Amino acid sequence: METVQLICIGCPMGCPMTVTMENGVVTSVTGNTCKRGDVYARKEVTAPTRIVTSTVRVSGSKTGAVTVPCKTKTDLPKGDIFRCMRALADVTAAAPIRIGDVLVPDVAGTGVDVIATKDVE
Amino acid sequence: MKHDLIILGGGPAGLAAAIAAYDAGVRDLLIVERDKELGGILNQCIHNGFGLHTFKEELTGPEYAARFIAGVRERNIPYLLNTMALHVSPDKVVTLMNRTDGIQTVEAKAILLAMGCRERSRGALNIPGYRPAGIYSAGTAQRLVNMEGFLPGREIVILGSGDIGLIMARRLTLEGAKVKVVAELMPYSGGLKRNIVQCLDDYGIPLKLSHTVVDIRGRKRVEGVTIAAVDERLKPIPGTEEDYDCDTLLLSCGLIPENELSREMGVAINPVTNGPRVNESLETSIPGVFAAGNVLHVHDLVDFVSEEAAAAGRAAAAYIAAGDAERHEIPIRFEGGVRYTVPATIDPAFVRDALTVRFRVGSVMKNRVVRVLMDGEEVGKRRRQIMAPGEMEEVKLTRAQFDAHPALGELLIRIEEA
Amino acid sequence: MKYDVLIIGAGVTGCAVARWLSQYDASVCVLEKEEDVCCGTSKANSAILHAGFDAKHGTLMAKLNVRGSEMAEALSKELDFSYDRCGSLVVCLSEEDRPRLIALYENGVKNGVKGLEIIERDRLIAMEPNVSDSAVAALWAPTGAIVCPFEMTLAFAENAAENGTTFCFDTAVQSLVRTDAGWRVETDRGVFEAKAIVNAAGVYADVFHNAVCDKPIHITPRRGDYCLLDHAAEGFVRHTVFQLPGIKGKGVLVSPTVHGNVIVGPTAIDVDDREGTNTTADGLNDLMQKAGMAVKNLPLRQTITSFAGLRAHEDGHEFIVQESAPDFFDCAGIESPGLSSAPAIGEMAAGLLWERYRWTKKPDWNPTRRGILDPKTLSTEEWNALIQKEPAYGQIICRCESVTEGEILDAIRRPLGARSLDGVKRRTRAGMGRCQAGFCSPRVMEILSRERNVPLSEITKNGKGSELIVGTAKDVYREVRDEA
Repeated sequence: METVQLICIGCPMGCPMTVTMENGVVTSVTGNTCKRGDVYARKEVTAPTRIVTSTVRVSGSKTGAVTVPCKTKTDLPKGDIFRCMRALADVTAAAPIRIGDVLVPDVAGTGVDVIATKDVE
Repeated sequence: MKHDLIILGGGPAGLAAAIAAYDAGVRDLLIVERDKELGGILNQCIHNGFGLHTFKEELTGPEYAARFIAGVRERNIPYLLNTMALHVSPDKVVTLMNRTDGIQTVEAKAILLAMGCRERSRGALNIPGYRPAGIYSAGTAQRLVNMEGFLPGREIVILGSGDIGLIMARRLTLEGAKVKVVAELMPYSGGLKRNIVQCLDDYGIPLKLSHTVVDIRGRKRVEGVTIAAVDERLKPIPGTEEDYDCDTLLLSCGLIPENELSREMGVAINPVTNGPRVNESLETSIPGVFAAGNVLHVHDLVDFVSEEAAAAGRAAAAYIAAGDAERHEIPIRFEGGVRYTVPATIDPAFVRDALTVRFRVGSVMKNRVVRVLMDGEEVGKRRRQIMAPGEMEEVKLTRAQFDAHPALGELLIRIEEA
Repeated sequence: MKYDVLIIGAGVTGCAVARWLSQYDASVCVLEKEEDVCCGTSKANSAILHAGFDAKHGTLMAKLNVRGSEMAEALSKELDFSYDRCGSLVVCLSEEDRPRLIALYENGVKNGVKGLEIIERDRLIAMEPNVSDSAVAALWAPTGAIVCPFEMTLAFAENAAENGTTFCFDTAVQSLVRTDAGWRVETDRGVFEAKAIVNAAGVYADVFHNAVCDKPIHITPRRGDYCLLDHAAEGFVRHTVFQLPGIKGKGVLVSPTVHGNVIVGPTAIDVDDREGTNTTADGLNDLMQKAGMAVKNLPLRQTITSFAGLRAHEDGHEFIVQESAPDFFDCAGIESPGLSSAPAIGEMAAGLLWERYRWTKKPDWNPTRRGILDPKTLSTEEWNALIQKEPAYGQIICRCESVTEGEILDAIRRPLGARSLDGVKRRTRAGMGRCQAGFCSPRVMEILSRERNVPLSEITKNGKGSELIVGTAKDVYREVRDEA
């Protein structure tokens, strides 16, 4: 049996929660005030994921933009964040770029695309 | 030159106000933006988390802005970029300047203030020490990293746990810097819980509550800072100093509404918010001059900026249609830990279908109830498990409630223990 | 490199000496260890010109203060720097102190300060409504004035440069060696030779003096902490308001500035470090406490910045302007009222050198200089005409101080042009306002990079070592791969 301490991010309460796990399976969540805490805690201890936002370099912008902001289209496993960043370090996107354009398909083999979040002329 | 409505600022507030005013019938309007593109500060807020209330999805700042910019373009609402409003007179004559048109004066029937806010500087905080390169406000660093692609430093200490500071802790970490610590003067963070977890805890960045920077070392470039614990009076406690080697100090210590133009034109300012005092129509002390967004009071969610600005845009449209009217305003009274309300006064006759009253509390309070009383009679209440200075609160009132109190003499918002 | 005269230090004193020497047919070079003029004592002071009642009668300090004060107004027109003769008040806070106020008045009269009067409380309140409730009387000096110390120093320097003076920045003097022809000056940028040396090295003046003179002097860096208040506080005081001086100097003054701020300071804290311009919590607390004495309800909450400067306090508390060794001319111990006295020191030192070397006057010497055009001083029609000719004057870069790109370009392109963020700030005020460069610094950095044709990574706050940017986003990931 192992326990994990978490702070709920559902609201400003920030309930300190304790999650008990047995062989990777959550057996109990305590400390939460509402259902949202329970849902968050179970996901966070078993398969935490995050959206990653960053920028990549841009070439050929008419407006002089040097970067374009981007994000992963969906959540990534938390452990893949830095691999994703490393992959973005080598990318230069050619203007014009539209919001939603795929800048890096299947970034770092995660199966998730990185897409532009701003138009660049 | 003349316009019905001039909107000062093309950020989230100005854009939402312009769209709402247009949709309420205003056709002769102009947005004035000092930067080279519309969208304001959202352009550099490339993280996600915007728009959950407005669009029911999580957008990044530029994506959120793009939706409103598209709305402005669809309606062919004119805007001027790279244009500074140098001066606004009390009779609503705006002096504008840019490279191509030079200085011109434009008369308006109504003006909407949407200039946003600025960050509190090191000087305003009076942090002792040297004054080397490497001290940035979090927003300046955000611009350098996100829009210019530069790294302002490699080893970073952040003072202040406002959301921009927390977001920048993560951004800088991802971009290759080492964020050593975030110090917060208050015993609680001014940022969202979610940001503390996902921007600090995810990367093992310590947050030190009730701590401040007491010295900055380095003559040319920051070489280190000293952090100390503070007592209940927020004074540093001798003997608690800890030195951190770093090349950068980031400040995220609060935002101040930018009301220099407003002050100059004679708009009355609420000393608590540093924004204009407004009535139910978000109209300032000068009839026909409206305000919305961070110039009015600092928000934590852009969704509420858009909502507030749309209300101001509609009110400006109504004013343009009807002109000056006689008003009988009563102040909104508040008790039990409320620091201010926006609006500060109301004339019930001008309340349309609904009225949102936004406010902040002065300290962290748990297990409370917010009661709304009209002439002593409770018309609404809201349970709040927790209220914090960092989170804007609101109560919504309906036209029907005002109709039920035709001779309203007092509107009171009171926080009580539940 | 051979010159007739080498001036060590490009503060207000060194630049004043250069300016007055530039009328002669002598080759002059100013050596400055920092990257710009006005980087030491001259940049961090009260920004006032003392009327001259304070310095002890009979001293050189008194003589040069009164003379400098008299010269300043005409000079401000000739050299185009901001000057406002707002007058000063020394407030007496109790009847017991009145004899000291009278003594100050009498000292001033003996020094030749014009227009001095002791005024009583009623008149004082009419002149300065925010004066302390315990004020009983004041010494009124109508010739007290305020200036912009950066502008004044730059005006002297630019005028000297336009008249042929050379300025070498980032050049620290390491040793002085006497030669048959005069001096051999070794610096970190090579060797200079000259017939004469002017020592205007501020807090370092004793180091150079003692290296070549028999009779040593001793300078203590005396730190003064200041707070600068926002434009919103403009009008809080209309004159420079002092308290009656005590044994540690003139106490804490509250004064308007020529740019519409209010300045409060300085403290007087003796330090060992000649570069110790760091403010301290104790110093700032001390300042806050003292600041409230002569005035009431000082809006210290409107502080936009605090800073500290070092005065070069010589043990004898007297200016040393003389040929202290053969061909070695001191301008040492120049502490307050050094800014006030600078024109007179420049005039006197140049005179001493001329007495010695008898150069001829340049027939084409130009005593005037134009400052950076501030379009806010123009009519709308004139400003519009300027924008048509030069669109950069229609682009605001610094919102807080309304500084246009045109002014910043002028600051960079003019003689001894700005090379750093601080250089631009001191010349144009961009970044000096309430947001303290939060909004404008990335834009000024871009302009500097473009104009000077250097990468942004080399743009500094104030010279080498103060680079503002350390790399590019994600460069660590690329570096790791490069190494592998």
